[in-house]
Amino acid sequence: MQQNIARDKASTVSESRNDKLIGYLQQHLPKLVLAPSFAVILMFVYGFILWTVYLSFSASKMLPNYTWVGLEQWSRLWNTLTWQISLQNLFIFSVLYIGLCIVIGLSLAILLDQKIRLEGGLRTLYLYPMALSFIVTGTAWKWFLNPGLGLERTMHEWGFVDFKFDWLINSDMAIYTVVIAGVWQASGFIMAMFLAGLRGIDNEILKAAQIDGAPAWKIYTRIIIPQLGPVFLSAFVVLLHLAIKSFDLVIALTGGGPGNATSLPATFMYSYSFTRNQIGVGASSAVFMLMIIASIMVPYIYSEIKGGKK
Amino acid sequence: MSASSQDNALRSGIAWRVLIYSVLIVTAVIYLAPLFVMLVTSLKSLEEIRMGNMMALPLQITFEPWLKAWGSACLGLDCNGISGYFWNSLKITVPAVAIGTLLGAFNGYVLTKWRFRGHQWVFGMMLFACFIPFQIVLLPMSQVLGWLGLANTTSGLVLVHVVYGLGFTTLFFRNFYEAFPDELIRASVMDGAGFFTIFGRILLPNSGPIIVVTVIWQFTNIWNDFLFGASFASGDTAPITVALNNLVNSSTGVKEYNVHMAAAITAALPTLLVYVVAGRYFVRGLMAGSVKG
Repeated sequence: MQQNIARDKASTVSESRNDKLIGYLQQHLPKLVLAPSFAVILMFVYGFILWTVYLSFSASKMLPNYTWVGLEQWSRLWNTLTWQISLQNLFIFSVLYIGLCIVIGLSLAILLDQKIRLEGGLRTLYLYPMALSFIVTGTAWKWFLNPGLGLERTMHEWGFVDFKFDWLINSDMAIYTVVIAGVWQASGFIMAMFLAGLRGIDNEILKAAQIDGAPAWKIYTRIIIPQLGPVFLSAFVVLLHLAIKSFDLVIALTGGGPGNATSLPATFMYSYSFTRNQIGVGASSAVFMLMIIASIMVPYIYSEIKGGKK
Repeated sequence: MSASSQDNALRSGIAWRVLIYSVLIVTAVIYLAPLFVMLVTSLKSLEEIRMGNMMALPLQITFEPWLKAWGSACLGLDCNGISGYFWNSLKITVPAVAIGTLLGAFNGYVLTKWRFRGHQWVFGMMLFACFIPFQIVLLPMSQVLGWLGLANTTSGLVLVHVVYGLGFTTLFFRNFYEAFPDELIRASVMDGAGFFTIFGRILLPNSGPIIVVTVIWQFTNIWNDFLFGASFASGDTAPITVALNNLVNSSTGVKEYNVHMAAAITAALPTLLVYVVAGRYFVRGLMAGSVKG
């Protein structure tokens, strides 16, 4: 039972004092406090979304130009090869990034859940990349994977003379370096999510299964992992969200290259809007990104809020 | 169960544990490798980098790259290192974190303890704002910053970070205050305490943990931001992430990998430090920002 405190309060106020204005202000004070933030969100988020949507139907090139041109920019967008490559890359990147982060994160969480002595320290080590800026991560991996002086050279020095690793400058493979760096950064976080999930599982069921003599792997595949469904969903949503927004990492690691081999929608939007003077095309790509994210986040947020109410 | 089979079970148990520990430790080494390589590279001379193994410890430790990165490395034509940009980031981050957290606390307070009709909708709209791809606001924002005379200023970036951090700060405080007993508030209302008194006397003193979580979350996000910095600030007003990227990707001259690595570690240091000191709260923020609506 939620009682409306604001109303309780208002009646007390009008009883004790008869000053209507103060009463009115008192009654509405909470809303007045919230109003600026909400107004700012309305304008800077929802207003700007509409604005960008309009730009995507306008003749804007180097400067915004509000002449309506219908779907011209949209058809230009879809006929741009770099955009097609960006979407393809986003698909490859998302599938591998999400898949690997979940597999590695879950495995590490299960291993860490075996009453490991140094658990706290190890957890800290797996998670620290998440505190770094993507730009730092990109810079670090760019050096680490440097074909001339990095990993390849090191492996040669260690005696693996035939070791070859030139993915960073190989158009066919460069997108996978983004995956590697991305997984390095986020998998520890996913581990922490799964570990929290594992700790939340009812011990009684596990004990019963153990007494029944079920082997450990069977307890995991039959009992524990199926119960982690909500964590899988959260991890999926978070990672997909991160993947679609990936911008900094690509800029720092490959700059979108070689050529446009590692272009993603986020880098495409930026370069078309700010360096290639194609604001209309940039705007339509941004709207498309929002559409992908909204199609996932709106149902997710809705179910979370509903679920939270019980 | 016979003694020998028990013995076997024990032995296989030990073998398992050795395996588990090895996997965990090898993984930890892999996670640490890039940081380790950055650190040793930043302490080597360029000749040594070109001669030797990236993983090897420096034969001769030099702090020259660190000094150069901080004070005299060239970004474009300007050869004053990254120090100025480091301060820019501080000038952006500190006010943006403070304002954003304060507003978030008030919003969370109103949305839980002074509910009005439609409060779920207001919250839902603020929540969705957390998850938009920021590309959708870049073009209008650059125009508005221009109109406000805030283009290419650190104040402009403060505004941007406060606005787009509001969703998360509100979310954090709202979820925290949701669990705070209404009875206490109601009792103080009966005693005649007003809106701000209740907030200051009852909620705020009990908000320690969520303030830490929110401050760390905001600090990490704003310090690590690149997209807004690159879009709305150029030249002298750029934050450290933008400066680092310019330094590393400037095409002129010799690539000074040691200086790049020193600069990268410098850029990462504040958030790493926060993580080491208050990792627990950092993780809580990540979880709260991702799992709960």
